[in-house]
Amino acid sequence: MTNSINEIDDAELFLVTGSNTTEQHPLIGTRVINAVERGAKLILIDPRRIPLATYAHVHLRHNIGTDVAVLNGLMNIIIEEGLYDKEYVETRTEGFEGLKKTVSRYTPRVVEQISGIDARDLALAAREYAKTGKSMILYAMGITQHTTGTDNVKTCANLAMLTGHVGKPSTGVNPLRGQNNVQGACDMGGLPVVYTAYQKVGDAPVKSRFEEAWGVGGLDEAPGLTITTMMEAADRGDLKALYVMGENPLLSDPDVKHIERALSNLDFLVVQDIFLSETARLADVVLPAACFAEKTGTYTNTERRVQLARKAVEPPGSARADWEIIQEVCSRAGYPMHYADPSEIMAEINRVTPSYAGITYDRLERSYGLSWPCPNEEHPGTAYLHKDRFTKGLGSFLPRDFKPLAEPPDTEYDFILTTGRIYFQYHTGTMSRQVDILEREASEPLIEINPEDARRLGIKNRELVEISSRRGVLRVRAEITDRVPRKVVFSTFHFHEAPVNILTNPAHDPVSGIPEYKGCAVRLRRCA
Amino acid sequence: MARIPTICPFCGCGCNFYLVTEQNRVVGVEPSPGNPVNKGMLCAKGWNSYEFIHSPKRLNTPLVRKDGALVPSTWDEALGLVASRLRKIQSESGSRSLGFLASAKVSNEENYLFMKMARAVFKTNNVDHCARL
Repeated sequence: MTNSINEIDDAELFLVTGSNTTEQHPLIGTRVINAVERGAKLILIDPRRIPLATYAHVHLRHNIGTDVAVLNGLMNIIIEEGLYDKEYVETRTEGFEGLKKTVSRYTPRVVEQISGIDARDLALAAREYAKTGKSMILYAMGITQHTTGTDNVKTCANLAMLTGHVGKPSTGVNPLRGQNNVQGACDMGGLPVVYTAYQKVGDAPVKSRFEEAWGVGGLDEAPGLTITTMMEAADRGDLKALYVMGENPLLSDPDVKHIERALSNLDFLVVQDIFLSETARLADVVLPAACFAEKTGTYTNTERRVQLARKAVEPPGSARADWEIIQEVCSRAGYPMHYADPSEIMAEINRVTPSYAGITYDRLERSYGLSWPCPNEEHPGTAYLHKDRFTKGLGSFLPRDFKPLAEPPDTEYDFILTTGRIYFQYHTGTMSRQVDILEREASEPLIEINPEDARRLGIKNRELVEISSRRGVLRVRAEITDRVPRKVVFSTFHFHEAPVNILTNPAHDPVSGIPEYKGCAVRLRRCA
Repeated sequence: MARIPTICPFCGCGCNFYLVTEQNRVVGVEPSPGNPVNKGMLCAKGWNSYEFIHSPKRLNTPLVRKDGALVPSTWDEALGLVASRLRKIQSESGSRSLGFLASAKVSNEENYLFMKMARAVFKTNNVDHCARL
């Protein structure tokens, strides 16, 4: 997030898109609803009638995968009606003429044809977003899990910059991160192209700094493989060993059959986890890990706040904390490590990570966390980014054109499947499905089908439906609901009984590598 | 009985709460009213986030595949096997034949160390995690 959770309380308008906030980020959803009840406006752009729709002043239910067209349409109206922030555009941005040229093609009529959004609703949303002083954009995987995910994100940023809604309190472009430490895993360099704090592996001074800090030579300068490309390499036989810590790609990744084949093709698979996950069952070695309650460590939430969690109980049996296991593996591989506890690891992180330099255990123990960038021990942390200037100086408009889904529906596969999460379960279910109350509330996979489609196909509520894509077939019970529009079905990836990723399309965004979970072509039929 | 401050292990909100423990068992959670993230509120997942900790299905010993089946083993054997097999594959097929999947679930310190293992020890940038998924 460019801004912080606390700033939600003072926002005057929310533009929520591709985020089922009340279910996926319940406490942020609650804060949004509270702000709306105090008078803030809510513009929702989402194909599904999610719970936030009840509170929305305008709900734009666009066709799946047409986000760039809708956002360009908003900017078209904002420029056309002179509602953009001229001073901000002049003093803080560059590339406005290019943006103007691109969005000029997205007239309300064109956008209506592409997205199905009524031109009047589009204009209403555009005017409200632009005219309100403190407008916050909140988005999540509905924006990023597309082959055009990077375009979608850039287009959100264009909209916020055009209206001067960045670099000020209670504004900004705010991606809501899905897992407790997905922000931290990225910050710590758990990515193929960067070390900590996004320092590039191909940058020579960065490389030599890390070689010196780690006392090694010969760090690789070439970018590594993403998950998706690792699986392809394993399938080809180029990737021979995989060490998986606390992840379950066999349920979470697209086109599961392909993942299973790739993992089986490895010479050596290590899985380090708290449960025997679907992926762990295929491993050559399984290492039992401590869970969050059994170790001390820091986690970075979606607003960049680094917070300290303390050990409460001992791990079961001989399970060990992940850091202890890694330290042992490294030592046995000939690189001795001697960290006595996680605070010593953080001290090393402070030294090699400019944005975390001032985030020490000593300070975290005395506070509710610190938001990066926090460059030294006197720095209070940063609630919102891009105040007065962008990292690179001027903010560049990066106009993008609309591109359709990689696999649009056709006569053979005539529905769009979109996937996500539900309130009571979490990710691949390894943790949440062990909790009785959550399991009681949502114990089986369902597929949401619009009532008109159900009637036409003769499907009754809770009946078993066969859903197939070009990659696989699944049987799931139907939930007939107008939460989904016609010709769209929705399901989740929480349940190993019906792994929805058997169906999803591995086609991914060329820059981010994120697969298009939010839209692939499927067909449905009632099971006889 | 003790109350230990922690951070919810589910979504990216990062809600603060206390784990309530009795004799090395977590028996409940209590939200933290003072923190700016959740201000004393929790969702259904947060309130119930402690139950899986003591699940009987938790892994409690290393497992090693022998004759096709995963069987209980010792840390010594399992760790030795991981280090030696990774080193062997690295020397036979090169560093880029190794892959490492870090985790959006574990701590910063652990992700840092895991990334350091891949890069400094096994000399590969094939490090990723499921941020995208």
